[in-house]
Amino acid sequence: MAKEIKKTNNKRLNGSQMVIEAFKEENVDVVFGYPGGAIMNVYDEIYKQNHFQHILTKHEQAAIHAADSYARSSGKVGVAIVTSGPGFTNAVTGLATAYTDSIPMVVISGQVPTVVIGTDAFQEIDAVGISRSCTKHNFLVHDIKDLNRVLKLAFYLARTGRPGPVHIDLPKDVSAALGDFDYSKEWDLPTYKPTIKGNVRQIKNALEHISRSKRPLFYVGGGAVLSNCYEDIRKLVHQIKIPVVETLMARGVMRSDDEYLFGMLGMHGEYAANMAISETDMIICLGARFDDRVTGRLDVFGKKAHIIHVDIDPASISKIVKTNYPIVGDLATVAKQFLEHTSDFEFNDYSAWHNHLLDYRKKEPLRFIEDSDRLKPQWAIKRVGELLGDKALISTDVGQHQMWTAQFYPFNKPRQFMTSGGLGTMGVGLPYAMGVKRANPDMISVNFTGDGSIMMNIQEIITCTQYGLPVINIILNNNYLGMVRQWQTMFYEDRLAETVLETQANFQLLAESMGGVGFKVHTKEEFDKALDEAIKSNKPAIIEVIVERKEEVLPMVPNGHSANEMILLEGDK
Amino acid sequence: MHNKSNHFYDSVERREVLSVIVVNRDSVLSRIVDLFSARGYNIDSLTVAPVPNTEYSRITIVTVGVARTIDQIVKQLNKLIPVLKVTEHRNVIEKDTVLIKIPLDQSLSDVDVLARAYNGAIQNVTDEAIVISATDEPKRIANFIKVIEKYKPLEIVRSGVVAMER
Repeated sequence: MAKEIKKTNNKRLNGSQMVIEAFKEENVDVVFGYPGGAIMNVYDEIYKQNHFQHILTKHEQAAIHAADSYARSSGKVGVAIVTSGPGFTNAVTGLATAYTDSIPMVVISGQVPTVVIGTDAFQEIDAVGISRSCTKHNFLVHDIKDLNRVLKLAFYLARTGRPGPVHIDLPKDVSAALGDFDYSKEWDLPTYKPTIKGNVRQIKNALEHISRSKRPLFYVGGGAVLSNCYEDIRKLVHQIKIPVVETLMARGVMRSDDEYLFGMLGMHGEYAANMAISETDMIICLGARFDDRVTGRLDVFGKKAHIIHVDIDPASISKIVKTNYPIVGDLATVAKQFLEHTSDFEFNDYSAWHNHLLDYRKKEPLRFIEDSDRLKPQWAIKRVGELLGDKALISTDVGQHQMWTAQFYPFNKPRQFMTSGGLGTMGVGLPYAMGVKRANPDMISVNFTGDGSIMMNIQEIITCTQYGLPVINIILNNNYLGMVRQWQTMFYEDRLAETVLETQANFQLLAESMGGVGFKVHTKEEFDKALDEAIKSNKPAIIEVIVERKEEVLPMVPNGHSANEMILLEGDK
Repeated sequence: MHNKSNHFYDSVERREVLSVIVVNRDSVLSRIVDLFSARGYNIDSLTVAPVPNTEYSRITIVTVGVARTIDQIVKQLNKLIPVLKVTEHRNVIEKDTVLIKIPLDQSLSDVDVLARAYNGAIQNVTDEAIVISATDEPKRIANFIKVIEKYKPLEIVRSGVVAMER
């Protein structure tokens, strides 16, 4: 696939040394991983080097999640190493999570020696067969001659175009074999040419139609975070004064207090945001993908609107809804192109539309009611926002707490919010917070989690202790698998099948037994005190907050309904 | 203003012949087959052969789907890293080959006449059976197979479709 273009600085290295050298060349400063038989050659070279830190997690899944959030929070390529067989299969959930959210990663797995591949050898599994559908690309390296090219292409593919995880399966004999290595060599990939610049005519065409529309709306997705162009998007929004809604993955692209931002849209989006997407006559989609959790009932979605869709992945365009003005390109470049041409057009005055949405917000603000003895989970999230604000980077697990965090934390910059959006992987929270802390040692790393999710990777508290990564886990404990419980209450006549978590660990002792600090809080005062002590302790912490058990995430667009058919919170405003 | 064009109302399925030029690397064929099965697309026929004097292979796929599905198939194929080019054929010559084994106790002169009517011929004779082959448009080959049924064929092997733009 790739042709060698030039030749210089040849070195003679074994396969494992090549891996180390490639990491060095790519400025990798941390690798998350777990050793095992088939990957031992590589670990032997890791032992001998001092270019990067290796963080040994307690489970391979957590290693991949940590590398994933390292990438999410830093914008760099995350790197993880696992062994063959079960080492690799444990990594699959991590790969799939990163793939669904387009996170750049390189994951290397050991494989049995090439001579025994296909014989059902010990710890052999068809790793590339499994990872094919949950990676951007993968390689099984049959020959040491290919390893140099594969390593370089893996990093290149991971971070360019629509980013994503790339998996390299490395047989044990290949990691020991000697070969030529020169990382400065360039490799041409004639079959892979992502479109970066948007079509200028189409961009002008789109701007013209925006200028003449009456109720235009920016619908901003994770692509705006991945392409690092939030400043240009904010500029564009303020220049042509058009309201904005964000997807879960785009939280922080706009400042939470921006007058043009009407919050998150979708199944648990803000009332005004969902009304906006229902009433707009011009959807300007920037790096989002019309996910089913956003669109609701498809046959009525955006029925009144023309659609402009900017995306680097042509396959995302017209996949779910037909696009009137498709623009393929890197959003960072396209946003600049938009800015270049805005002055060519005279835009309508959209203030009536803006005011109309402000009325919606006034009518149904995002809110919760403090009407019980127990703390409301939303209060805890809001409170952390008040106390820590921009000093904290926020991870979540998956469930009710995740939606409340997306709703109530005041995100003011992109890469502040690490969450499994597409795949919805419970158990990511703690490893995410760990990867975030490693990438951003000066920030406070907070994981909002539930009493269900936290148990899926709780063992990583030890890893945090071992490597000095003080992350703060705030468990919003309602003794339920809350989101499933909510659906059971609403759609299954409250038959709570396997969602009641009666027997639970003593989280305080659990934290302490793994070298952390633990708190159990019932009141606001206790919460503030625990958060303060947790930060000061400089240790991994668990703050277990006993919250109202049957609190619902609202608004809610029930499955199969259109975005404007929301179940709303009843009671005082 | 109602803009119906945002929605996919098309329900008419159409047959599509695709040529996919790929680099012979990184299990490209399984990537393509996996893509079809993972996303629920149909494969009616699939043939692969190297493109002479290059590092590429041509995969000819015949699929059936509504316009939106075909559009996605083409885009998803293009997204695969080892895929160089995907062509949706509009004006195309298609050929399919069939090999059919017929027991000797059947009326061989009838079989011979039929085979010739479909650009075919007897290829091999043993003391138990004859093998005939025919190469023609896929539709005609399907017809040929239908009419040859009554001669109790022992085995039928089809090659799958190859195609070239006129």
